[in-house]
Amino acid sequence: MELLTFTHGLLEIVRQPWHWAVAGTAIAGIVFLMTWMGQSFGVSTAFRDFCTLAGAGKRHEFFNIDLKAEDWRFAFVGGAVFGGFIGAYLLGNSAPIDLSAATVAHLQQDFQISPTEGNGFLPTGIFNFSNPKGIFLAIVGGFLVGFGARYGRGCTSGHAITGLSHLQLPSLITVIGFFIGGLIMTWLIMPVIL
Amino acid sequence: MRLLSFFAVGTLFGIVMTKSEAISWFRIHEMFRFESFHMFGIIGTAVVLGALLIALMKRLKMKTLRDTFVTYTPMDLHVPRHLLAGSIFGLGWALMGACPGPMFVLLGQGFGIFTLVILSATLGTYAYGVIQHKLPH
Repeated sequence: MELLTFTHGLLEIVRQPWHWAVAGTAIAGIVFLMTWMGQSFGVSTAFRDFCTLAGAGKRHEFFNIDLKAEDWRFAFVGGAVFGGFIGAYLLGNSAPIDLSAATVAHLQQDFQISPTEGNGFLPTGIFNFSNPKGIFLAIVGGFLVGFGARYGRGCTSGHAITGLSHLQLPSLITVIGFFIGGLIMTWLIMPVIL
Repeated sequence: MRLLSFFAVGTLFGIVMTKSEAISWFRIHEMFRFESFHMFGIIGTAVVLGALLIALMKRLKMKTLRDTFVTYTPMDLHVPRHLLAGSIFGLGWALMGACPGPMFVLLGQGFGIFTLVILSATLGTYAYGVIQHKLPH
């Protein structure tokens, strides 16, 4: 009975939104685990693997890779999908996202977006399958991420987390690039297109 | 067992990213507007602790499960390429509020539109593979 109360209490704590320090520590733990398991933590290479899986290796040398050596990445990505499911449906909570008041005001006034949309994870008023504009933006956004990640040989996990943890200058410059693009989109382009 | 371990770490990643809201479009937007410390706190803590752990693993000459030492193959430094590639990535990251890892986590949360985003990111990767020789490297 006490164990049950304890477990329930623990679950209640886990269900709350996590503090940034807890999340940052957990991500460092994931970097440690991946390194210890003999792999360099990076997700975007999965897109290259998908190309290879679809047969792109026959046409272009760039995709001619041995997928056997990439099996762990498929497992990780599958786990990430499962983790999203667990986090949202078993460990989710109904409390609204604690966004800064300035961001909330800006989103409501300038874009007519409410932070309650998509449980605080996605403005589903824009990004849904029945909105042609949302579909178009999703295609454009995905394409830019896929293209840029491969051109730069890595994404946020590979450069901002793993590369910086290895104190790599190329990763730092790439992360600066992430912010240049992100700031241009957020401040200059989104006010026009949203 | 090996693949199951990677699946488990991926699951942990998905839970951490969900519970910390690091994969929220709104949090990414807030970060690029510099209106909260939340995302900077997450990335900063991860990098500082990650760097300490990696340095420690190298210093202690710790063996990985593949019986190798902890090493990193550095990229050649090519500033314009890093900046250009990073900026292209950043445009998409800010628009969708998701980078590659979170795309998969958000799909698991039930946002079906990310099937399209992931498909498109794969197409973008393919496009890079096709025209890479024409780009500055």
